[in-house]
Amino acid sequence: MANTRAGKRKTKRFYLLLTSMTILLLAVGLVLTALQDSISLFLDPSDLAESNLSDGQRVRLGGLVVEESFFKDEDGLTYRFDITDGNETVKVIYKGSLPDLFREGQGVVVEGEINNSGPFFATEVLAKHDENYMPKEVIESLKKRGVFQYSDGEENI
Amino acid sequence: MPWCFFVTVTSMVVGLYWGLFIAPEDYQMGSAYRIIFVHVPSSYMSIFCYGFMAVASAVGIIWKHPLADQSARAAAPIGAIFTVLALFTGSLWGKPMWGTYWIWDARLTSELVLLFLYFGYMAVWGAIDDRAKAARVAAIVALVGAVNLPIIKFSVDWWNTLHQPASIMKSGGASIHPDMLWPLLICIVAFNFYFVTVLLVRIESQIINRQIRGLQIRMVEEKDDG
Repeated sequence: MANTRAGKRKTKRFYLLLTSMTILLLAVGLVLTALQDSISLFLDPSDLAESNLSDGQRVRLGGLVVEESFFKDEDGLTYRFDITDGNETVKVIYKGSLPDLFREGQGVVVEGEINNSGPFFATEVLAKHDENYMPKEVIESLKKRGVFQYSDGEENI
Repeated sequence: MPWCFFVTVTSMVVGLYWGLFIAPEDYQMGSAYRIIFVHVPSSYMSIFCYGFMAVASAVGIIWKHPLADQSARAAAPIGAIFTVLALFTGSLWGKPMWGTYWIWDARLTSELVLLFLYFGYMAVWGAIDDRAKAARVAAIVALVGAVNLPIIKFSVDWWNTLHQPASIMKSGGASIHPDMLWPLLICIVAFNFYFVTVLLVRIESQIINRQIRGLQIRMVEEKDDG
């Protein structure tokens, strides 16, 4: 095939396509690597601790709700809970309604303004769902046998 | 083709019935997770279909085979519909579970970009009258846009997103219980066959259209001669 004129042109077109696609992939890869931080939806509590963000800057913060850290204030509208990534923990105060999936041990993303001097006042709370799907009965029998645990956190955040 | 149609209908009915009525409830989401039986197959197909277009376009550019260009062209609207369906069902699912219809995270945004790529690709075919030229420009759009496919797939691993990571195609096996996974896989097969069936019909009709156009031109020419 490559001996004929048409065959040569085909081979040429093939390599041209291969080269341009490789260059394009590299270019896009570089751009995405450079934009890494701005593409990510939220910061971890550790990121927050390391960063020098000043008060009043809006950020999203993601982590697991710490077990037994969830409290409802007397007004019935204000919630307090801690979120963690395993290393750092941030206290969050939120007034508003919580999504269905919100619970202790579950991943959440909270949005609000940086407050270096105290708790993080969230204006929005979103629940993260992990990649596990299980029937209720299976979970119940696992719980009975005492081997069930909620998402292990590290992987899902 | 009737065979493809038969497999589509059968697997669609079996998959959806199994998924929506027989499969057990999820331990966290109850029955609300059942939208997965439409959401995951359509999201998967939105990527698969664009991948098909990109491969067909590459074949079209290298070997200049018109059938390759026509296949890519016929696939575009089907893929666009899958993308709309994926975004729409995802949004309906997101509101009760996450607490929002939409968020600009990497997965959702890259899927929306995919929809615009489909629109762009179809617009090229619509805007350029010269078929050979339209095929060439459209093929370049398809190939450049294909860069977005791995971004969609791996967005949940490369960046922090609200969208959860992969449940089926991941290392260490699927993290969906088999009772839920089987109907989901059948739904994915059904959507695949739907794609093939509609694709074949569309290619055929494009070819017939072309023949009709050719005949019409010949008729006009003969009239002019006579």
